[in-house]
Amino acid sequence: MRRIGVFICHCGSNIAATVDCAKVAEAARGFPGVVYSADYKYMCSEPGQEFIKAAIAQEDLNAIVVASCTPRMHELTFRKTLANGGLNPYLFEMANLREQCSWVHTDKEKATVKAIDLVKMAAAKANKNEELTSSTMPVHKKALVIGAGIAGMQAALDIADAGHQVVLVEREPTIGGKMPMLDKTFPTMDCSACISTPKMVEVAQHPNIELLAYAEVTEVKGFIGSFTVQIRQKAKYVDHDKCTGCGLCETKCPSKVPNEYDLGLGQRACIYKPFAQAVPNKPVIDPLHCRKLVDNKCGLCAKVCPTGAVNYQDAERLFTDTFGAIVMATGYDLYPWEEIYGEYGYGRFPDVITGLQFERMVNASGPTGGKLKRPSDGQEPKSVVFIKCVGSREPAKAKGYCSRACCMYTAKHAHQVLDKIPDAAVYVFYMDVRAAGKAYDEFYEATLKDGAVYLRGRVSKIYQEGSKLIVKGEDSLLGRPVQVTADLVVLATAMIPSQGSRELAQTVGFLPDLDGWYQEAHPKLRPVETPTAGVFLAGACQGPKDIPDTVAQAGAAAAKVCGLLSKSQLETNPMTARSNPAICSGCGLCVAVCPYKAIQLISLADRDRYGKRINRTVADVNHGLCQGCGACTVTCRSGAIDLQGFKNNQILEEVDALWR
Amino acid sequence: MALMTEANWEPKVLAFCCNWCSYSGADLVGLNRMKYPENVRIVRVPCSARVNPQFIIRAFQRGADGVLVAGCHPGDCHYSTGNYYTRRRFLVMKRLLEFIGIESQRFQARWISGAEAVKFRDTVTKLCEDIKALGPQRKLRDQK
Amino acid sequence: MKYAYYPGCSLDATGIEYDIANKLVARTLGIELVEIPDWNCCGATSAHTTNHLLALALPARNLAIAEAHGFEQVAVPCAACFARCKKTAAAVQASPDLQVQISEVIGMTYAAKSEILSYLDVIGKKTGLDHIKKHVVQPLTGLKIAAYYGCLLVRPVDITQSDDPENPMVMDRLLQVIGAEPIAWDYKTECCGASQVVPVPQLGKKLIHDILKNAASYGADAIATACPLCMLNLDMRQKQINAMFGTQFHIPVFHFTELMALSFGYSAQDFGLAKHFESAESLLERMIGGKGA
Repeated sequence: MRRIGVFICHCGSNIAATVDCAKVAEAARGFPGVVYSADYKYMCSEPGQEFIKAAIAQEDLNAIVVASCTPRMHELTFRKTLANGGLNPYLFEMANLREQCSWVHTDKEKATVKAIDLVKMAAAKANKNEELTSSTMPVHKKALVIGAGIAGMQAALDIADAGHQVVLVEREPTIGGKMPMLDKTFPTMDCSACISTPKMVEVAQHPNIELLAYAEVTEVKGFIGSFTVQIRQKAKYVDHDKCTGCGLCETKCPSKVPNEYDLGLGQRACIYKPFAQAVPNKPVIDPLHCRKLVDNKCGLCAKVCPTGAVNYQDAERLFTDTFGAIVMATGYDLYPWEEIYGEYGYGRFPDVITGLQFERMVNASGPTGGKLKRPSDGQEPKSVVFIKCVGSREPAKAKGYCSRACCMYTAKHAHQVLDKIPDAAVYVFYMDVRAAGKAYDEFYEATLKDGAVYLRGRVSKIYQEGSKLIVKGEDSLLGRPVQVTADLVVLATAMIPSQGSRELAQTVGFLPDLDGWYQEAHPKLRPVETPTAGVFLAGACQGPKDIPDTVAQAGAAAAKVCGLLSKSQLETNPMTARSNPAICSGCGLCVAVCPYKAIQLISLADRDRYGKRINRTVADVNHGLCQGCGACTVTCRSGAIDLQGFKNNQILEEVDALWR
Repeated sequence: MALMTEANWEPKVLAFCCNWCSYSGADLVGLNRMKYPENVRIVRVPCSARVNPQFIIRAFQRGADGVLVAGCHPGDCHYSTGNYYTRRRFLVMKRLLEFIGIESQRFQARWISGAEAVKFRDTVTKLCEDIKALGPQRKLRDQK
Repeated sequence: MKYAYYPGCSLDATGIEYDIANKLVARTLGIELVEIPDWNCCGATSAHTTNHLLALALPARNLAIAEAHGFEQVAVPCAACFARCKKTAAAVQASPDLQVQISEVIGMTYAAKSEILSYLDVIGKKTGLDHIKKHVVQPLTGLKIAAYYGCLLVRPVDITQSDDPENPMVMDRLLQVIGAEPIAWDYKTECCGASQVVPVPQLGKKLIHDILKNAASYGADAIATACPLCMLNLDMRQKQINAMFGTQFHIPVFHFTELMALSFGYSAQDFGLAKHFESAESLLERMIGGKGA
C-alpha cells in the first residue's frame, strides 16, 4: 500500500495569490493513499526539499506528490529529492498548479476547486506509480557541427580544444559563412576578415576537427549519445588530394557567372573558390554553368591543371558516422525584399542594394576594391540613404521580429560612407535606434556626430528620376513628408532562417518556431539546447544575432556538448514500453507503428496447455531504442504492451479520480 | 465532493496534452498570464498517440462534459509520426461518438504547438463555451 | 455578363464622357449594364468626414436596391464610389449588428452579398483579354501610355483586393491588348490631390504636377485613368499647373474606356473626346491617321 505525502507549493505568491494552498493541502488528506500533506512557501528551495526528505523519514512515506509549477520545470529536481530521501525517483508525481492553474485563472474559489482536482489526479496516479530503474547506454565521443559560419567554427574549435573529436559539415565550398564577407565589425571597426579567416585556418588545421565542406546532412537516426548521421559529400569535380590550390584553372576558365559571394556585384569563373582566403583553399566546379559538364565542350581547366586534379566524372558520395551530440549552426539568410517591396521598386533599380551588398562593396577585397560605387554607372555616390527595418518589425508584410544587428551595422555603414566620401550626405530612415550592447550606443552617437542625418519614419516610395533615386518618406518627429534625392539606397533587410533550415530541423528531429528559427528548449534557462536531447544551438539559427552574441552562444553550446561527451555512459529513460510475453499474441501491430524500430518479433520457447513444447512469436522492446512515445500501447489488442510511467491503469486512475 | 446541481453546473473538460507541444503550449499560456475558463483539467501524456480511445470513453462514462486531445502539428511530432496515428484514430473515434449521439463539439482533437499559447487558450475557451451551451453530458455517464 | 451599374454623380456631370465610353465598350464586349434605379450619391469624401453611419448608409442603399433586383455583381466606374461601396460591404460583412442598424436606416435589407467591382476590374479581370482582343480593329500601335490608378482603386488593399497596391498591372495589361504601349513609371498609385486642389491648391497642384512630370520623364504620350476626379485634375488643371510651375505640359488624358472605344473602331464623336481640356487631336492624328478625330 502506498503512503503518499502531498506537498503544496505557494511559489511565493505565484500560486498562493490565486489558490488557497492550505485548503488544497487539507483536501488532499482525504484522497486515497494520502497519509500526509503540507503547504510551504517554496517547495523547490533547499529548505523545501529538506522538508520533503524529513517528511519521507518521519511519516514513512513511499510516494510523493508535489503540487507546484510545471513538471517541465522541476520534475527532475524533485525526483532527485526523492532519491536523496531514499525513495525511487519514479515514485514521484507532480500537479501543475502554477502554469495551468494560478497563472491562467483569477477567481480564487474556482481556481482552488481546480487545484484540488489537479492534486487529486496526481495523487491517484502516484498511487499506481512503480519503482523504475534506468539502464545505461554508451556515449559516442564525437560531435557533429552543422554549418561552419562563425558560430559553427567557434563551437567546433571549443569542443575540439577540450579534446573531443568533431566533424564540421558545411554546405558551401568554403567555411566561414557570412562573417568574412563583412568589411569591418561594429563597434570596434576591426577588420572582419582579419579576425575570421585565421579562425578558418585554425579549424582546418585542428587535429581534432574533420572538415567536410561542400557537404550536407541527409539523414539522422538514433538519439542522444548515439546519433547515426548520413552525410552527402557533393561532387567537387576536383580531387582535393591532388590539387595544390594554385588557381591557374580559375584564370583560364572562359565562362563567367555572377559571384554569389559578392551577391552578384562581381563575377567568378565556373571552376572557382568563393574568395581568395577560402578554406579549403581549393576550387570546385559549378555543375550548373560549367560548359564541360553542361554540354561537354571546353574542358580547358583539365588541360591546364598541372597536377591533373580536375575530374569531370566525380560523383557525390554518401557516408555514415555516429555522434554523441549535434550542434546546429546553420545561420541566417536575408529577406528576399525584391519579392514584396513594390514601393522600393521590386529590385528594378540597380542602385537600391542591401546591407550585405554594401559590405562587399566597401570591403577592400570585394568586387570594387573597397570603393563605393553606384552599381548602375560606377559613379561615387554623394547622397546615400539607408532604410532600416526592411522586412523586420513589419508583421503586416513580412516579419514581426527585430533583426537586432541592423541598427548597428547601418550606423557603421553611415560612418563608413562619411569616412570614405567626406562631402557625402547620409540619411538614415529609422523606426527606433536599438543600440543595446557594450559600446554600441556610443558608436551610434559618434555616427550622429560624423554628420549622418537620422530621420524617424518609414519610406513609402523609391523611384528613379534621371540617374537619381527619389526617396519619399515621412519625418514622424516633424510630422511631415520628406523627400530625399539619393545616389545610392541601402536597405537593412530582415534576417530570416537560412534556406533549407526547416527541412534540416525535421531531418534532425526537432521543431523550428513559427518564423522558422530553431526553438530553444527554454527561452531563459536552456537557451542553447533544443527539446531534442543531444541537439544544441549556436548562433543565428536560433534567432537574429550579431557576432559577439553568436560567438558567446557557440561557446555555450560547446560547453554543453563537452559536458555530454565527458561521460562515457548515459542513463537511459526507464519510461519506455514493456511487453508482457505471457499475454502477447504476436500480432505485430506494435512493430508497424514504432517510429524507432524498437520493437521486434521474437520466438519464445513455451509449452502449450497440454505441456507440449512450442515456439510462440512475441513482441520484444529494445529499451535503448524506445523513446517512450506510447504509440504501440494503443495498438495492442491484448493489452500486453504498456508504457512505464504512463501505464493504462495509471492514466485511467487519473481520469477516474477526477469524478471520484 | 457532492455532485453539482443543475443550477450551479460547471462543465468539466478533460484535456489530454502531449508533453512536447500542447502541454508546453498550455504552460506558455500561463507564462504569458493569459486567461481561460477553470473548467479544464489537463492530463499529461508523452505523445498524443499514447491516448487510447478507451481513455476517452472512460472520461465520458465518469462524467466528462467534453474531451480534448491535443498534440503537435502534423510533421512536427516529437516522435516523428505519433500524431499521424492520433489523427487516424480520432477521426474514426469522432465519427463513432457522433454515431452514438455525443455532440461533435464534445470531443475534439487539435494540433497546438509549444509556441501557440494563443491557440491553446482560444481552443479551450471555445470548447468550454460550446459545452456550456450544450449542457451536461448524460449520454455515456454512468451516474445519470 | 450582366452587371448592376452604379454611375454615381460624376458620370452624370464632369465625367459624362466616361459614362458614354463605358457603355460603348460594354456594348461591343456583350456586357449588359443595368443602371441601378433611383440611385443616390455615395457620399464621397464628404459623408465619411461628417457622419460615419451616413457614409455607410448612402452606398448601402444603392447596393441594397441592386440586391433587391437580384444582381450578384455591381460595376462601379468611379474610384471614389468604388472605395465607398467596398468599404460599406466590408463593414457590413464584419458586423451583424451594423447590418441591422444600416438596414433600419435605409429601410430595406442590405445583406452585403453582391460582389462589388470597379469598372476597370470588370473589363480587365472579369472579361477575358482574349475576348477583348478579338474586337480590336484599330490597335493603338505606338501609343506610349502611362496607366494611372490613383489611390482609391488600390488602397487599402484588403478592401480593394487590388492585384498589387504598389504596382498594379490590370490597366497596363488592358492597354497592351488594345495595342498601346504601357510604360513602367513611378506615380501609378500616387494621389492626384482629389478635392484638396480646391481648398489647398499649393498642396494639391504640387501632387498633380509631380504626376505629370514623372509621366513626361518616361516619355508618355498620354495618361489613362479609371476615375473621373483623377481625370479632371490631370486634364483640366494642366494649364493651371503650367502657370504655377512654369512648365509646358500638354499631355492628353483619357479614361481607359475611351481608348478602348477608339481601338474598337468608334470615332471620337461617338463619345465625348471634345470635352477634354488637353487636345488629343494631334496625337490621334499621328496614331490612327485622324480616324479617331
